Amino acid sequence: MAELMVDARSVRKSYGANQVLNGISLTVEQGEVLCIIGPSGSGKSTFLRCLNHLESINGGRIYVNDELMGYRQVGKVLHELKPKDIARQRQSIGMVFQRFNLFPHMTALQNVIEAPIGVAGVSAEDAKTLGLELLAQVDLADKADHYPAQLSGGQQQRVAIARALAMKPKLMLFDEPTSALDPELVGDVLDVMKNLAKAGMTMIVVTHEMGFAREVADKVVFIDKGLIVEQGTPKQVLDNPQESRTKAFLNKVL
Amino acid sequence: MVDSTDHSDDVVAVPLRHPARWIFGGVAALLLLSFIYAVASAKSIQYELVGKFLFDHRIIEGMGVTLFVTVVCMSFGTILATLLAIMKLSQNPIQRWLATGFIEFFRGTPLLLQIVFWGYLGIIFPQLVLGVPYTDIVFLSGDTSDLIPALVAGIIALSLNEAAYSAEIVRAGILAVDGGQVEAAKSLGMSSSYTMRKIVLPQAMRVIIPPMGNEFIGMLKNTSLLQLIAVAELYTAASTISSANLAQIELLIVSGFWYLVMTTVLGFPQRALEKRYGRGFESVGGRAAPRAFKVGRR
Repeated sequence: MAELMVDARSVRKSYGANQVLNGISLTVEQGEVLCIIGPSGSGKSTFLRCLNHLESINGGRIYVNDELMGYRQVGKVLHELKPKDIARQRQSIGMVFQRFNLFPHMTALQNVIEAPIGVAGVSAEDAKTLGLELLAQVDLADKADHYPAQLSGGQQQRVAIARALAMKPKLMLFDEPTSALDPELVGDVLDVMKNLAKAGMTMIVVTHEMGFAREVADKVVFIDKGLIVEQGTPKQVLDNPQESRTKAFLNKVL
Repeated sequence: MVDSTDHSDDVVAVPLRHPARWIFGGVAALLLLSFIYAVASAKSIQYELVGKFLFDHRIIEGMGVTLFVTVVCMSFGTILATLLAIMKLSQNPIQRWLATGFIEFFRGTPLLLQIVFWGYLGIIFPQLVLGVPYTDIVFLSGDTSDLIPALVAGIIALSLNEAAYSAEIVRAGILAVDGGQVEAAKSLGMSSSYTMRKIVLPQAMRVIIPPMGNEFIGMLKNTSLLQLIAVAELYTAASTISSANLAQIELLIVSGFWYLVMTTVLGFPQRALEKRYGRGFESVGGRAAPRAFKVGRR
């Protein structure tokens, strides 16, 4: 068996009385692509944000690359880590957001190289080389000196992917990366993600793009009301769902 | 088919005309001119005295003090304001309370009162001792009036007051930055202080600078209040001269002129800063930024 990149065990999360995650357990192997699907409000984005501790959890454990994420376990209690330790853990996990969240006061290249220089301590020169390489990889070499406001949504999202890759992450999280895009711009972003998957990147993708899930995912998980309803290969979950809730959801989106 | 020889569609469009503007402008110009004439022809104002004192060395030196105090107080004030704003937005309730208490206190009492308080600190505490309480260890001690001369007292008063006011400006600027920015920074492994310095504050500057320009001008004029504790700034210099030669109006014109010159000149660096921090927010092709967010233009 290949090495586990993510091992989530009974992850629970609530906002006050509102239980968002009711014990989610799943594993992702190195090099695997996992797509998480489900209705809005099902907790799929929240779960993704728990993986790099943008959200704290109330119970359960998340191991990323054999490291307990965000906490230190003493007996039966998880103690939250200090911010600087969490920041260090996050360096090996890239994240791409629905609304891109590029830094608007920096050019595309500056967006990509800010963290390598300021966080990872890469020299400005090496970072620039790396940055231009990554921008070329997402097909935006000619846009290095453009500010985000000068780029289309699809271009911005590809810069955001390059920015996340610049920290040389072992795992990439995508939170509905194409939901905010005009339809004709979705394809370019998905192509970049497909190439990334082909290159062996471990990816967890919250998405409504069933075509992408079917083509690229090794595993699809359907989440509803904070629980995994069904999981399996894309064929099993998307083409031959067993649970009525999965069927109902797929009927609506396909 | 449209008949090509028919030229009835060959018309010219002109924008709405505004004859009332010309009338209004004329009336305003007339009123302004008559006011200028009234002031210029007033027998009681000796304009040769205005000319004589405009470049008097005491006035010029006073202006130097005014500028010095303004720059120093705005620097201290802004740094402290940023700290207060960050404290007020902190997760730590004690930091929040401290910052709120400071801001409420210094905004809630008149600036004049604060200046007099710091100026007369020596009456309340004749001796100042800096050391470890309940021990004999003393780092610094002496007469309050020696340790805190009027200039320093004035700078302390204006800086603390400024900090309280601009803390809210900085806080508003920080709050104007989209929450997704902090999340993106976190996801890249940036620490919270790095995120604040490199991601949040540079974007907040765009919102902070215009009201801070106001604060700068306000500060420049508020330094005249230091006359009460005898700091030799511009207004003090002017009133010292006028109390000797009894030419009050003439010296008011002199100091007023220089205040106006200084506040006008200060507008230039502000526009440069607005442009500097507006980078990436102006629209170049593509989707335009909302008009209200355009900076560097009037």
